[in-house]
Amino acid sequence: MARLELRNLHAEVAEGDEKILEGVSLEVESGEIHALMGPNGSGKSTTAKVIAGHPAYEVTDGEVLLHLEDEEFGADIEIDEDQRTWDLLDLEPNERAALGIFLAFQYPAEIDGVTMTNFLRTALNAKIEEREELFEDDEGIDEDDEDDGFETSPMEGNVDEGEVGVAEFQQILQEKMEQLDMDEKFAQRYLNAGFSGGEKKQNEVLQAAILEPSVAVLDEIDSGLDIDRLQDVSNGINALRDEQGTGVLQITHYQRILDYVEPDHVHVMLDGQIAKSGGPELAEELEDKGYDWVRDEVYGTA
Amino acid sequence: MSSDQDHLKETDTEARFEFKKEENSAVRSGKGLTEEVIRMISEDKDEPEWMLERRLRALKQYHNMPMPTDWPGQPDLTELDIEEIVPYIRPDVDKREGVDDWTELPDEIKDTFDKLGIPEAEKNALSGVGAQYESEVVYQNMQEQWEEKGVVFMNMDRAVKEHPELVKEYFMTTCVPPSDNKFAALHGAVWSGGSFVYIPEDVTVEMPVQAYFRMNSEGMGQFEHTLIVAEEGSEVHYIEGCSAPKYGAHNLHSGCVEVFVGEDAHVQYSTVQNWSKNTFNLNTKRAICEENATMEWVSGSMGSKATMLYPCTILKGRGATDTHITIAFAGEGQNIDTGAKVYHNAPETSSTIESKSISKDGGRTNYRGLVHIADGAENSSTAVECDALMFDNESTSDTMPYMEIEESKVDVAHEATVGKIGDEDIFYLQSRGLDDDDAKKMIVAGFIEPITEELPIEYAVELNRLIELEMEGSLG
Repeated sequence: MARLELRNLHAEVAEGDEKILEGVSLEVESGEIHALMGPNGSGKSTTAKVIAGHPAYEVTDGEVLLHLEDEEFGADIEIDEDQRTWDLLDLEPNERAALGIFLAFQYPAEIDGVTMTNFLRTALNAKIEEREELFEDDEGIDEDDEDDGFETSPMEGNVDEGEVGVAEFQQILQEKMEQLDMDEKFAQRYLNAGFSGGEKKQNEVLQAAILEPSVAVLDEIDSGLDIDRLQDVSNGINALRDEQGTGVLQITHYQRILDYVEPDHVHVMLDGQIAKSGGPELAEELEDKGYDWVRDEVYGTA
Repeated sequence: MSSDQDHLKETDTEARFEFKKEENSAVRSGKGLTEEVIRMISEDKDEPEWMLERRLRALKQYHNMPMPTDWPGQPDLTELDIEEIVPYIRPDVDKREGVDDWTELPDEIKDTFDKLGIPEAEKNALSGVGAQYESEVVYQNMQEQWEEKGVVFMNMDRAVKEHPELVKEYFMTTCVPPSDNKFAALHGAVWSGGSFVYIPEDVTVEMPVQAYFRMNSEGMGQFEHTLIVAEEGSEVHYIEGCSAPKYGAHNLHSGCVEVFVGEDAHVQYSTVQNWSKNTFNLNTKRAICEENATMEWVSGSMGSKATMLYPCTILKGRGATDTHITIAFAGEGQNIDTGAKVYHNAPETSSTIESKSISKDGGRTNYRGLVHIADGAENSSTAVECDALMFDNESTSDTMPYMEIEESKVDVAHEATVGKIGDEDIFYLQSRGLDDDDAKKMIVAGFIEPITEELPIEYAVELNRLIELEMEGSLG
């Protein structure tokens, strides 16, 4: 079990003082699905990026905490009492990833020349390694961990490096791709390069399935998807929760994806704050009445 | 020994390099370029008269030609004082290039081998330490295999004596005459060592011919000559250069490569070169393709203070094809000026140029290209693609693609992209667990992938490692 907690989060654009988040408070627990809805420019994507540690935003107030339970990482890592709560704002993006935060991007980067297989295995091993470092005693760090060069194709990364070897990884990847009904050719394509919008979104879900985060923040993963692809992606998201116990913060404009991924909680964001929270019925209400209704209710204007 | 050690620790790399060479050389020419020095080189090599005459003729041409100075954006060569360069040093026969013991090598070099992840045996071979035995055996075995097919692969100096007819015909005659440019003329006068490769008609050499060990064990000169003659219907992949850092004494490297690709023949020339940071690397490389011949250049240029290198292909016969894939990396204080030249002199010829450059810490890369399509070379096509990747705002990259098109029935495409390593790309990879450094390395590895996939695995691996080391700034 893990819980992501945003406490009174204020943030602005790092270069310039445009305020974007003005006191966001939110909690997402493992196994839960939260929908974060709201009109364009209300601060949804900023919230996602601040959680993941995007350098373009500066947090001016508030906290982003990750609370971990002992069994979070299985038997291999024992979590001391004083390491159960982490202030993510003190950590680099890759350290946040290592602790179990995942951000699915609305517009994922395209990295040419790097195969999906190489990328995903490198990421998985980097995450495992970083995690061990984070939970290790400061004194016990092994400095002798030198990289001794590649033994396989440089495109496949270093065979000596990391927990998960090439063969083992192939199996994991194949399994996850089958679950998501993805073409096996995907594995040898370059990361997001030339992917259609739908393929990119599917790829984001695949990555979450492989990296097994505690909490996944999915930024408008439903945008630009046709109905078939929307179903595939939704199945993937449900599997994250059902099979890995991932907590999901689902950012969306529309009710549409919530027909397939049923949220436990729905939050409406307006002007950098959570204006209203409720159950799944709130999303339906929004579908009928739009956001202005919430605005009216919260601000009391007519 | 202790004074040696002290010397090796000096920060002045130039002094350090020079020291090592002096120590191990048996014959050393005087400084500067005089007829006397050239005669001495030729005599020491026991060369036939005709070669001496060619050298002297080249020397005259060299003195009559101006230094290239006014090319737009050209590397600054004012610090290069050719009169101060010792053009010829024959290494001690016993010690050759190397030192007696691995431990005597400069730390910087040992360190680099370690970082490259090169095994001990290979390290010894590369550094010239006790390498003769192991590499010679391998070389011998390969040589026998080739000889049965009539293939010749030997040191250029030896080829002058053992294959005078071939060398007379092809050596700096029609492909790269000394009159081509000042450094070709210089090379013609002082050239030394290198490789001679001859592939008879219809012979395919399946495995790449590598000058990897040989160059090191025999003490590669700074003015090495590579001559490849591929007869009609033959096929060969020649790989030159060691990706271990060259730690030569001179601060000028001026090699020359000449490739003759016969009708329907196919030659791939690949090289990964990494020069010490005080080297001026000024080379001439050219291929001539007969009808339906195919030439492929794959090159990685690393190190050096300044590099000027534009491999050139002359598509002389109908239907001939040329491919260039190049990568350049420039760090602090470096100016890597590379590109490609293609002359379409016959109909139905085609060429593609793919040039990639990376610059960092104020380094400068230039792409300088020339595609010439002659009147009458109808139905020819060319596609040029230049991509530049920069690490920071201090680094520079220029693209200078000249196109001279004299024929209208042709297909010409040019595409150039210049970009900084994107913050969004780095953040994306970081959010997946890679740290900042690993994210950059991954982006660069992907960027150079078109080159690495063309190279045999050990070269690809080392190219990747070299670039990683350059990025860490830990390579001397």
